[in-house]
Parts: sequence; C-alpha cells; structure tokens
Amino acid sequence: MTADLALIWPELILTIGGLITLMLGTFVGDRQVGLYQLSALLTLAAAAAAAVALFGVEATVFSGTLSVDSFGGFAKLLIYAASFVCIVVAPRFFCGGMRAEYPALILFAALGMGIMASSRDLMTLYVGLELNSLAAYVLASFMRTDERSSEAGLKYFVLGALASGMLLYGISLLYGFSGTTDFAGIAKAMGGELNIGLIFGIVFVLAGLGFKISAVPFHMWTPDVYEGAPTPVTTFFATAPKVAAMALMTRVVIDAMGPAAGAWQQIVIFLALASIILGAVGAIGQKNIKRLLAYSSINNVGFMLIGLAAGTQQGVEGVLTYLLVYMLTTLGAFLVVLQLHDEGGNQVESIPALAGLSQRRPGLAAAMAVFLFSLAGIPPLFGFWPKYLVFEAAVNANLVPLAVAGIVASVIGAFYYIAIIKTMYFDDKSDTEFPKGGGAIVEDAVITASALWLSVIGYLFIPALAVLSAGAAAGLF
Amino acid sequence: MSGLPILSLMLAVPAIAAIVCLFVGDKMSRFVALGATLATFVLGCILWANFDIGGAQWQFTERADLFGRFQWALGIDGMALMLIMLSVFLMPLCILASWDAIKQRVGLYMAMFLIMEVVMIGVFMAQDLLLFYIFFEAGLIPMYFIIGIWGGANRKYAAFKFFLYTLLGSVLMLIAMIAMIMEAGTTDIPTLLNYDFPPAMQTWLWLAFFASLAVKMPMWPVHTWLPDAHVQAPTAGSMILAGVLLKLGAYGFIRFMMPMFPDASAQLMWIVFGLSMIAVVYTSLVALAQNDMKKLIAYSSVAHMAIVTAGLFAFNQQGIEGALIIMLSHGVVSAALFFCVGVIYDRLHTREIDRYGGLAVNMPAYALFFMLFTMASIGLPGTSGFVGEFLSLLGIYEASSVVAFVCTTGIILGAAYMLYLYRRVVFGELTKDDVKAMPDLNAREWAIMAPLAAVALWMGVYPESFLAPMRGDVTTVVARLAPARPAGDAHLAAGKPKPAAAHGEAAHGSSHAGGVQ
Repeated sequence: MTADLALIWPELILTIGGLITLMLGTFVGDRQVGLYQLSALLTLAAAAAAAVALFGVEATVFSGTLSVDSFGGFAKLLIYAASFVCIVVAPRFFCGGMRAEYPALILFAALGMGIMASSRDLMTLYVGLELNSLAAYVLASFMRTDERSSEAGLKYFVLGALASGMLLYGISLLYGFSGTTDFAGIAKAMGGELNIGLIFGIVFVLAGLGFKISAVPFHMWTPDVYEGAPTPVTTFFATAPKVAAMALMTRVVIDAMGPAAGAWQQIVIFLALASIILGAVGAIGQKNIKRLLAYSSINNVGFMLIGLAAGTQQGVEGVLTYLLVYMLTTLGAFLVVLQLHDEGGNQVESIPALAGLSQRRPGLAAAMAVFLFSLAGIPPLFGFWPKYLVFEAAVNANLVPLAVAGIVASVIGAFYYIAIIKTMYFDDKSDTEFPKGGGAIVEDAVITASALWLSVIGYLFIPALAVLSAGAAAGLF
Repeated sequence: MSGLPILSLMLAVPAIAAIVCLFVGDKMSRFVALGATLATFVLGCILWANFDIGGAQWQFTERADLFGRFQWALGIDGMALMLIMLSVFLMPLCILASWDAIKQRVGLYMAMFLIMEVVMIGVFMAQDLLLFYIFFEAGLIPMYFIIGIWGGANRKYAAFKFFLYTLLGSVLMLIAMIAMIMEAGTTDIPTLLNYDFPPAMQTWLWLAFFASLAVKMPMWPVHTWLPDAHVQAPTAGSMILAGVLLKLGAYGFIRFMMPMFPDASAQLMWIVFGLSMIAVVYTSLVALAQNDMKKLIAYSSVAHMAIVTAGLFAFNQQGIEGALIIMLSHGVVSAALFFCVGVIYDRLHTREIDRYGGLAVNMPAYALFFMLFTMASIGLPGTSGFVGEFLSLLGIYEASSVVAFVCTTGIILGAAYMLYLYRRVVFGELTKDDVKAMPDLNAREWAIMAPLAAVALWMGVYPESFLAPMRGDVTTVVARLAPARPAGDAHLAAGKPKPAAAHGEAAHGSSHAGGVQ
C-alpha cells in the first residue's frame, strides 16, 4: 500500500495542492489572486515534475485498478500543461470576479483527468471521469451572474449526466457478462465468444465516452457549452479533458476491448467519419468564433479516431502526437480569442467583427492564421504531420476507404478555416478597434511560441515526438 | 562547389528575406525582395554553370536526417535544373512588375512572393516524397493570400476556388503516397523511381496522382479554377501562376507518374490523350470568344498545357523533350503576356479588349514586345514556342496520328485567337481619348520586357542550351517506359537509301503539322 502511494505522487500532490488552494481562498480571501494562483501553479508544476520523474515506470497499483505507465504519463503532462495555461490566463478575463474556486476546481479536474488517463478498471475509470465532470460543470457556470454561463453549465450537467448514465449502464453490462471490472479480465472475456450482452456493453461504454470527447452523434452539447462558458474555461474544455477522454477511450478499446476489435472498430469508424463530416459542415454557418472552434474540435476528434480505428500501435502513436499538436494549436487559438476585446474591454466573439484584423493587429492575425491553417492540416504547418500519421496508420491497417473518406472530408473543413482567414485578411476593416494591452506576457509568449512551433520548426521535433509517442503507446501493447 | 550546400542556400535566401520583409516597412521591403530574388537568381546561374551535363543523374545532392520519418533530401537533375532556372529568372521580374502596382501592405506582399519562391524551387529540388508533398501543398497558402488580398473585384471567390479545388486534388495524392511508402518502404524518390509497383496497384496510384496533378496542370474539365484565379490575381500573381505553378502538374507527371507507374501510364494513356485533345480544341475555341485579355491568355495556357500532356504521354524522346521545352517556353511567354496585359491595365484599369485599340501608334515599343510574345505563343519559327511545339507534335505523331492531328488544329486556333487579340488591342484606329493619353514603356517596364524577350528568342534560336541538360533524364524516362510503350500507328520507317532523306521523311509528318503556323 505504501509502496503504491509512492507511485501516485502526481495525484497526491494535486489533491493536497487543490485543498490548500481552496483553503487559501477561504482564509485570505478572493482578493489575493496572486497568492492562490501561485499555489495552484506550483501544485501543477510539482505534479508535472512528479509525472516526469515516474516516466518509464511500468506498474499497476492498488490491486490493479490504476496503471502507472508512460502512456498515462504522457497524457498527464499534456493535461497539466493545459491546466497551467488556463489558470494563468484567467484573472485578466474575470477582472474582479476571480475567485479561488477557479484554480481549485481546475486542479481537481486535472486530478480526475489523471485518473482517467491511467485507470485500468471500470470503477476507477468512472470515479476519475466523474471527478473531472463535476468540476467541469461548476467551471462552465463560473460566471454566476451571466445567463449564458449558467445555461452552459446546466446544459453540460444535464447532458453529462445522461452520458454518465449510459456509461454506467454499459459498465454494468460489461461487468455482468464478464464477471470483472478489470480491463485485463474483460479482455479475456472478449477473447472468447462475443455474446449480445458484451456487445451492448461495448456500445454503451463507447457512447458514454463519445460524449466526453464530443464525437458525433454525442456532440450536441459542445457548441453551446463552448460558447456559453467563460473563455478561459472553454480553453480548458477544448484542451485538457479532450486529452484525458481520448487517452481513456484509447485505453479502453485497446486494453479492455482489444480482442473484440471487429465489434468496436465499426463504431469508432462511424464516430470518426461522422465527426469529421459534421464537424466540418456544422462549422460553415457559424458566426461566433468560440462555436466555430467547438466544431473544429469535433472535426479534429474525428481525425484522432481514425488513428484509433486502426487499432495498432502505430495508430495509437498517431493519436498521441495528434493530441499534443492539437492541444498546442487549440490553446494558441483560444489565447488569441482571449486577446480580442474592444476599447471598452468587452470580449469580441463575433466572426464578422474580426474583419480586417490583420491591419489592426498584424501579429495576432498572423498567429491566428497559423493556428487555423494548422488545424486544417495544410502543410508546411505542423498540423499536417499528425494528420499524416493517423492516415498512414489507417492505410497500414487496410482501412484505405476510411482514409480516403476522411481526407476528402478534410477539404470541407479547410473551407471554414480559410473563411476566417479571409475575414481577417481580405475584408475591409470593421468598426472594432482591438486595442492592444492587458494581456500578460505569458499569454503573448505562449501564442508566439506555439505559432512558431507550428510553423515549420515543429518538423525538427519529429524524431523526439516519435520516441515519446512510441514509448507511450508501447505501454498499451 | 562540392562543400557548399547550394540548394539549401537557394531556399534559405528568400526564406530569410521573407521574414525580413515583414518587419522593415513598405519601401525597404521592395528592395529587400528584389535583392533576395536577384541573389537567388545568381545562385541559380552558378548552379547551372556547375551542372555537369552527362554526369550523374542526381547532382548537388544533400541529405540530412532531420525529420526522423523522412529526410531533408535535396538534389536536382537536368529537368529540375531548368525549371528552377525558370522560377528564379521570373521571380525578380515579378517583384519589379509589382513595384508600383502594389501600394498596400507591401511588406506582406513581398513576403508572400518570397515564400512562393521557396516553395516552388523546393518542389523541384525535393528528393524525398513527403518533402515534395509538403512543398507542393505549401504553395497554396501564399497564393491564397496573393489572390485574396491584392486581387481584383471578385478576388475572394477566386481565392477560395483556387484553394479548395487544388487542395481536393492533392489530398488523394497523399493517400497514394502513403500507400507507396508502405509498399516500397522508403520515401526516397530516386529509389522509388526504380521500384516496380505491382501493376494492379499502379492503376490506383496512377489515378490518385492524376486526380491531383490534373487539377494543378490544369486539364480539362478541372481547369475552371484557372481563369478565375488568373483574372483576379494581381499581374505578378498571374505571371508566377502561369509561369511556374502550372508547371508543377506537368513536372509531377514526368517525375512521378510516368517513371513510377509505367504500366498504368501505358494502360491509361487514352485518358490523357482524350482529355488533351478535348482541351486543345475546346479551350482554344473558348479563348477565341473572350473579351477579357487575362481570361483569353488563361484559356490559351490550358490549351498549351494540353499539348504538354499529350507530348509527355507520347512516350518517346522527341515528345517528352518537346513537352519540356513547351513548359519552359510557356513559362516565359505566358508570364510575358500577362505582364503585357498588366502594363496597359496599370494605365487604364480595365482588361476589356474593346476598350483598347490603336496602341501601335502611341506605344510602339510596347507593340513590338507584345508582337514578339504573341508570335512566341503562336509558335513562330525563331521563337521559343516553335521548338517545343514542333518537337512534341513530332513525338505525338509517332505515337498516334489522330492525336497529332487534333493537337495541330489547336495550334491553328491558337494563331487565330492570339492574332485576333493583337489586332484588337494594338492595331486599328486610335480613337479613344484615354487610350491616346497612355505613355509608352518606362524604364522599369523595359527592364522586365527585355530579359523575357531575350530568353524567348534564345530558346527559339538555340534551344540546345536548354535541351542539353535535360536530354539524359529524358532518355532515362523513355528507357523506363520502353517495356510498356504501345506501338504507335504512324509506322515511321527510314526512306530509300539516301541518308539525308531518311531524316527528312521522319520529320515530314510533323514538319507539315508544325508548318501550318
């Protein structure tokens, strides 16, 4: 038991740090933004350091319910990095409305996500997922007085509860027909004859997880929640939980359902194609940049699922690389959105108002253009590379029709990305001024760094990324 | 020269200049761009001077294992060398052509052109399949901005159409490339060139490549993006689009499709011939009916490119050499013609043919140059167009007399629409007051016209300078295609004993065809 504790240092640090942050808020008051922010950031940094220190350890702890491996470690690092940025950018956005609950909730969400990424038992899976979800519901409605924010939280909660219900139903079926909640045990049961109960279990579990990664047809909540939630929270939703849920889904289908590939592969292929196409088509008419980025995330999840559908180690490597690049791109794009405000300090989210942005804020527009072209996967931007990897995995797994359909649909997606670039670069200047200023240096630094990295520089890191993702993916096979 | 990575240097100069242009302000950026493109041109000349004709197939090779899965592998053969020369030659002229015409966001404009240059010469240099694809696709982004920001009234539509059309084509090629890499286990182009793919697989790969390259080319019926893009693009944008970007498709044909999939190429050549025949006649007729100068030249480009494709798929030395010369010649001549349109567009701000007339009276120097390029486009002997068209038609005739016959009608129609254009714009009465007020060429315009004219004549009078570096590579391709080549219907045979007559006989069919000019 004590030996096990030594292997979950990141989780322990997050738990204690989260509690301390909450206490700080209560005892020194919400005004001391710097103090509790610092405590939260230090916690995340420490947790990340612990995760790095544990890199390379392959073990299962607590009677096989949690797995400590490089796959989980990779996902955790991404999650912590995204959480870190989302805490840094928050105070300026909330102005006076910043409260200590915000960093504390993000820490708890990060804790839940870490558990999701490393669970190897249906029970820990569910506990991690719910810990993350409960924190996320509150975060979505963090601006108590704002109607849209409250609506987003409520919507997220109701639909999330429905998804949890489906997931639980699936879990109970899997348990009932395999007699165990352990992933390895389930895999063993699936290795035999697949009965109808197990198949139903697979369908319901994947439906529940599909909700979390917002794959079509379980995506309905995404645009509304992304639009209504405060922008830093949206940034958070679009990055960290995506990584966690995708990692969880990968682990479930490979570890627990591996032998029943024929059964889940069809579902994943359907989710992938539906997400790519609907994510692309749905985005075309959008007028709000946050809604548009929501559809973009749906679209990108579809591409990740192509890698997952391959079901091979190469496919999982593709998914992990995709997650990393997608996270950086999305973080960058949302940070740009955070910088967009008019003279009154009001956030500007309408796409037509971005007209002529390239003349008012050339640097910002250029960074946004890089992010959007990268999300569209146009070379030479680095967003091309993960797309290439997942398509390669699909072709290697003899899923050529899937690859062709996905890549053709990616052209539809390119349409709306270049439409925003058109608005920023080709259209005449709108009335909105977009004054500079207010942004922390960290924000500018993150935007600049990720934009540079996503331009051609990223290609130089391919060997390092390959080693990292191969090491992480090997943990599953 | 062995130690210096000259190819990387040629990519680095414009790339660095592009970044500089973004920061130095409008005035300076013009000079930075001009300086960088001239420097690249000088490097290109050094490259040509040091190119060993008849030496190794791939020269100046560089290889750095930077990306793990694929390499920074550069190298050129004669064909690539000539196309690189074309690009670096046109680039400074494009910068000069936009010197006064572009007034807004000059820094960004120059940066986009310099990136365009990097991408174009990168395509010709790449020796790694993925590196090639990245360069090939990267051209979309700068061109999207060039058309969309500095284009004409309907520029946004044209930019979208250009981007999405060409992207849709290319993505299928990517899937084919993945399949090739998987099958052959390498991304190295020289190795892939000698890899024998199974014939059944070749067909699919060929079709996927064809989908992409035919759009870039552009071949009928997927050419419709080209007139829109040309009409809306700024003058220099059209120059580079017609001059170099259209050559990417044909370059892909000869670099990839023909040597890598010889069986499929032979099997499916009827598609290429069929589409080329339709394109030559149809787009020439469409060009004849245009009232917009740029549209007319755009359609003429489609027709010329169709002769290129037909010449390439003739599968013989003359056909392919001729097609390559047409590519070079068309690169110079169509860029020059677009510049001719740009010159008068800058003065009167309309491309409508009817608004002009009688320019020979008040713009004699302009009329002279325009005449030269018109003749080169038609293929008058002594100009660059003649050499390419004659050779390729000769080659096509050997493969199929029907195709040669149809392609030749295209040349007659070409003469018709170009001369008709020239008559309406330059001859006739000088009646319109605003046209009367137009001044003749200024020094800057002379500086652009003169080199273009010199090269067009050089290529027409002594094409050997351009053919010599490419001959060995064409022979290699022809040898690779030889086992798959179908028998032609024109059974050329040596004539009766006289040796001189034998030569005359072989050329007879096409000299007749080429002589209809």
